[in-house]
Amino acid sequence: MSTNHDTKDIQQHIKVYMMVFAALAALTVVTVAASYLDLSSGEAILLALTIASIKGSLVASYFMHLISEKALITWILMLTAVFFFILMFIPMTSFIDQARLG
Amino acid sequence: MDIPYTVEERSDTGLFNAKLGIWLFLASEVMLFGGLFSAYIFLRFGAPDGAFHEWGQELNIPLATLNTLILISSSVTMVMSWASLKLQDIKKYKLYMGLTLLCALGFLVIKYLEYTAKFDHHIFPSTNTFFAIYFTLTGLHGLHIIGGMIVLFYLWIPGRKMWESQPAQFTNRIEIAGLYWHFVDLVWIFLFPVLYLL
Repeated sequence: MSTNHDTKDIQQHIKVYMMVFAALAALTVVTVAASYLDLSSGEAILLALTIASIKGSLVASYFMHLISEKALITWILMLTAVFFFILMFIPMTSFIDQARLG
Repeated sequence: MDIPYTVEERSDTGLFNAKLGIWLFLASEVMLFGGLFSAYIFLRFGAPDGAFHEWGQELNIPLATLNTLILISSSVTMVMSWASLKLQDIKKYKLYMGLTLLCALGFLVIKYLEYTAKFDHHIFPSTNTFFAIYFTLTGLHGLHIIGGMIVLFYLWIPGRKMWESQPAQFTNRIEIAGLYWHFVDLVWIFLFPVLYLL
């Protein structure tokens, strides 16, 4: 059962959750505001995906506790990330091919 | 016989079994949504220059921004419901889990309003490739919200009696359900800019 030490730990966690919440809300507003900037489509995509990645990392690290999770889970997720990027890359290859054919 | 490793960690994995299980499931979910994101890239490149952005202009950014904030809030209340159990406070757990469900319901209501507004304007998945992938991605995401709500509702009321007999196992159940819920939030964090803002 919980000890005083645990209770303090959790109360510390709760403070972090609130800070993450504030950061996520702020970044949501930032990403919407940024979409009204006069950027080229490449720049807009890069900016929006960067902000989304920061938000995603905050959720995964703190709400999903990945920052203090066991190594096995980190390994599983790294493997998943590799396959995810391969999956994203596959459609690109068909366009490289088209460009080559002219 | 009791199911082993519902609370204590296995010495080889360092985890209780359900945690390893949910992460493997979430890894498979990454690939499921990944396939559709990959289809999005394919369709976007295949469309005439700038067409995807133009077709996307039909979407309602203020409503989607509100929905993003609602879903982020639901993630916070979800993690707070777990933290409340860690602090032995079942009353607060009930409150935060109820708020999580309320946020989820709010998200679905807004999504319903968005969908019906599109249908009223005769916009359907067949309208163009943007709306084909928009309805597919948001529809699949919405199904994940509904599925999550069923589980969260169970843990909110009928499943709560486990707190009395096995509090540690019940707390772990909430953590596992939370991991799924945060994942659904995480998917939306990427769907929002990709579909609405770009």
